[in-house]
Amino acid sequence: MFYREAGQFKTSYDKDQAVFPIMQDRWFIVAVILAAYFVVPFVADEYWLQAVIIPFLILALAAIGLNILTGYAGQVSLGTGAFMAIGAYACYKLTTNIPDLNIVVAFLISGLMAAAVGIVFGIPSLRIKGFYLAVATLAAQFFVLWLFNKVGWFYNDNPSGTITAPPRELFGVTITGPRATAEARYFVSLTFLVIGAVVAKNLVRGRLGRSWMAIRDMDIAAEIIGIRPLQTKLMAFAVSSFYCGVAGALYIFCWLGSAETEAFDLLQVSFPVLFMIIIGGLGSIIGSIMGAAFITVMPIFLTNFPPMIGIHMATDLQKHIEEIIFGGMIVFFLIAEPHGFARLWQIGKEKLRRWPFPY
Amino acid sequence: MEFLNAVFVAPFLDIADSPVFFAEVVIGGLMSGVMYSLVALGFVLIFKASGVFNYAQGAMVLFAALTLVGLMEHGAPLWLGLLVTLGVMVALAYAIERFMLRKLVNQEGIILFMATIGLNFVLEGVGQIAFGSDVKRLDVGLPDKSFEWKGILLNTFDLSATFIGAVMVTSLALFFQYTPTGRALRAVADDHQAALSVGIPLKTIWVIVWSVAGAVALVAGIMWGAKAGVQFSLVLIALKALPVLILGGFTSVPGAIVGGLIIGVGEKVAEVYWGPVFGGAIESWFAYMLALAFLLFRPQGLFGEKIIERV
Repeated sequence: MFYREAGQFKTSYDKDQAVFPIMQDRWFIVAVILAAYFVVPFVADEYWLQAVIIPFLILALAAIGLNILTGYAGQVSLGTGAFMAIGAYACYKLTTNIPDLNIVVAFLISGLMAAAVGIVFGIPSLRIKGFYLAVATLAAQFFVLWLFNKVGWFYNDNPSGTITAPPRELFGVTITGPRATAEARYFVSLTFLVIGAVVAKNLVRGRLGRSWMAIRDMDIAAEIIGIRPLQTKLMAFAVSSFYCGVAGALYIFCWLGSAETEAFDLLQVSFPVLFMIIIGGLGSIIGSIMGAAFITVMPIFLTNFPPMIGIHMATDLQKHIEEIIFGGMIVFFLIAEPHGFARLWQIGKEKLRRWPFPY
Repeated sequence: MEFLNAVFVAPFLDIADSPVFFAEVVIGGLMSGVMYSLVALGFVLIFKASGVFNYAQGAMVLFAALTLVGLMEHGAPLWLGLLVTLGVMVALAYAIERFMLRKLVNQEGIILFMATIGLNFVLEGVGQIAFGSDVKRLDVGLPDKSFEWKGILLNTFDLSATFIGAVMVTSLALFFQYTPTGRALRAVADDHQAALSVGIPLKTIWVIVWSVAGAVALVAGIMWGAKAGVQFSLVLIALKALPVLILGGFTSVPGAIVGGLIIGVGEKVAEVYWGPVFGGAIESWFAYMLALAFLLFRPQGLFGEKIIERV
């Protein structure tokens, strides 16, 4: 009843090709973003921001990055953790060696460095495909983490081997380091996610995104119609790694504060981010965000729910039950909707258009 | 200069200096290579017959080993334990087919891969709830003694592992090549629909192949469990098997063996001779880099079927 496009005439090509051609969608998105900026920080307390919302925002950014590579360009990667680690360590080196550097610039440069490494590890994708490539990206994962662990230069030779985010200010507010408030870090992460999502959405519906999709659907055919596989695939790796790099820098600077390479482990980061995009929907920006929300909230919910309804278990047992439920839900979800949340979202919108008169 | 010397000259001098030690390193590598192959074999079987990249193979190894140890702790003799565990693995294969694969027919490879990661979590959880999560010793009565042969130190346990591995591979290769079931398996691997249309029962085939993979997992679990104790980290040997897989080719049983041997030897030799130059612990990524280097020349792995694409 409320969700109708009747009466909304598009009188120019610009209007016809808008990201959200329907007015209700536009209002909805604006409302969500406004709520995220002006309601959430006042409603959510410190624990929620730190434990749930900030990691969700940062991992959503990484998930968008991986979705560009895997969902749009069709190159399965298990090296997300490595690219995030590159961003984090680059940012650490930049901020500690050039103290005057603006922190946002540092984030962006770390993204560029991750992109450069991403291009190097993307080169095999020109020869190998599918699961062979997925396993090959594990080489990046293990090699990069090993390198950061072994070579002292990356963590300024400090004896503990950890990198710690130094305090940095933006517009006079401390946004990184131990003294930054959760709200400040929340705003920074949110802004990066919103900008990242908008840029990604526009990238994937432009010329570049279309050539990525052509490569994904069949690279030989794409080559025949004049898309250069070399540039296109490497561009996908570069853009994806840029997103992951920025997300990695935020991961340390705005969330963990300090960490070792274990924070970017395969099982800690790479797999969960892959879950996010598959559960969220391959080839969908909004799906990446929804998938990230699901995967970050789910374990916390599973940990806190049984005590809430009065069931107390040994932590060991509870951990295993969580594992089982988590794994079971993934399988169940894939069976129920293999195309993920993005598809459910789309179906929901279709239903809503016809509601309450389906015929 | 010093670094170049340490990388390109010194290791070879070391090798030339004491060939016996080098032979020991190589043989040690071959032995651990066999262990990798055992795990990789399970992956290959399932990939060949259903196109599923089964990440849960590592969890299946853990699950089988835990079941066996659990049964033996409750006083079951070895033969009974083996039989029951085998039964459990077949039941598991049936359940996987019934509740997972059947509902995911015709989905893309990555969705199936994802589903097996989910399965991986479930198996880890169930196994550890049922049988506890502390490190357990598994003793199946294989002799574990060292002896010397022409100046080279050998171990009877490693030798028997190699022997068991060889027997399994040969029998699997024969099974695939010469039995009607094996032929049906290969047909399914080639093309699901074509196989169905000539009357091959897809569901039965899947149960069979997952059962066989379960049996392979059991053997791998016994060998690894006897060597390193039955514990959670068994799941991670799946990660050790992955480079073996891409090196040998996803679709080739001999490839899993040869790949395993190459990786095993390469890893050991690199760790011993080149490890100190790079600061040690290069085992974690060396196998992947080695496999990657091979892939650049043969994108389908050493023995994988050539990937032919048509527009």
